[in-house]
Amino acid sequence: MCVTCGCGEGEVRIEGGSATGAGAPHAHLHRHADGTVHAHPHDAGDEAVHDHGHAQPHDDAHPHEHHHGHDHAHGHDHAHDHAHDHAHGHVHDHADGHDHAHAHPHTHDAQSDAAGVIGAVHAPGVDGTRRVQIERDVLAKNDALAAANRRLFAARGIFALNLVSSPGSGKTTLLVKTIEALGGRIRALVIEGDQQTSRDAERIRATGVPAVQVNTGKGCHLDADMVARALDRLDPPPGSLVLIENVGNLVCPAAFDLGEAHKVAILSVTEGDDKPIKYPDLFHAADLMLVNKVDLLPYVEFDVDAAIGWARRVQPGIGVMRVSARTGEGFDAWLAWLERGVERARARAAIVASAPDASEPAPARRHA
Amino acid sequence: MHEMSLAEGMLQLVEDGARQHAASAVKAVWLEVGSLAHVEVDALRFCFDAVARGTLAQGARLEIVATPGAAWCLPCSERVALARLGDACPNCGSHQLQVVQGEDLRVREIEIA
Repeated sequence: MCVTCGCGEGEVRIEGGSATGAGAPHAHLHRHADGTVHAHPHDAGDEAVHDHGHAQPHDDAHPHEHHHGHDHAHGHDHAHDHAHDHAHGHVHDHADGHDHAHAHPHTHDAQSDAAGVIGAVHAPGVDGTRRVQIERDVLAKNDALAAANRRLFAARGIFALNLVSSPGSGKTTLLVKTIEALGGRIRALVIEGDQQTSRDAERIRATGVPAVQVNTGKGCHLDADMVARALDRLDPPPGSLVLIENVGNLVCPAAFDLGEAHKVAILSVTEGDDKPIKYPDLFHAADLMLVNKVDLLPYVEFDVDAAIGWARRVQPGIGVMRVSARTGEGFDAWLAWLERGVERARARAAIVASAPDASEPAPARRHA
Repeated sequence: MHEMSLAEGMLQLVEDGARQHAASAVKAVWLEVGSLAHVEVDALRFCFDAVARGTLAQGARLEIVATPGAAWCLPCSERVALARLGDACPNCGSHQLQVVQGEDLRVREIEIA
């Protein structure tokens, strides 16, 4: 199993790139927050975790400056009896965007219990163990990569959406019809996530719009790294609309920020109208819910108002639009919402670019 | 099952911390899990055990520090307890709630040898 890319027993594959499978040595591209990309290979079946940080040799030089000027070689052994409750978790950012926390071992008695009873002993406990603070979010790495994606979108004035739903809600058909209806007024690009096959990306490309397929192998969701790699390949132009179709799954995609402006949940009327309360995490994370396939309402027992009520229980601020990708019903509002989003993203990027102290100028496109 | 991805993220933080302190082994990990976090703790335990094999954290004890969910109730204009998403305000019954606590998933501390 590749424990670097999380490709499980299967493989993560970015269409057009090399396979990153468990069956072959494969390289991992790492994109740092500043946009530098470097790859380092690891071998097939690599059960041992290899370090993504500093233990792994890599070529690109980046400064590692530690801006706190105290050293940790304090050898005082006085026993003092006051409780130390200072939480030292120095998180400092490196220039290349990855940060790590330095927990300082003011080692306060290895026998202190989980409630944090502290004995103020500057020495290892009798059994040679000690506790150190980490205080870091488990999703910190994904969130840092998502932030880098978000910066890229912001700098280029791109409106990016993460479309989430169960399988069969009509996401791909909705995308195809949306692209057709936009009729080239806005440049759209698509990242397609599926466990396997490039069938969806092929459907999108048939409309003339660039699309990259990400196959997650055994993975159940897209993460920010997969999207970053797909963006490298897609190279979306300034002012465009990037539509990311997540893996059809109402659970896992909720936890992973990809750098999008909004998560858009799609609920079709052939599903249960109580799905928002049965799978609250995903609807809680969404800003907009599209109730799709409304042309089928006469034939199904789906109460749209009930569905909206359930969704607003978990996300009071969620917007709702009733659409049919098949008939085009409700598309005026949907397209207008997309166009407003694109206009705002463009306007923000223009303001940033024209500011005299613009700290993040729009990166030049690498391919003309 | 995204818990495998989360377990890998956890392991990376644990290993980074252990290496910084030149540890030979990680004996225990304290993980803060908010009651509204997107994670199933039993699945996470299973996955962490699996990914930690052959690493400094092999066999490490996983201590869960549960933090309760909380929300800001707009009608009440006060902070209220929220056990799970979709629940109503315990005071007024409204669902106009903004989650303010309980979505965290953090590695707090490790015990190293």
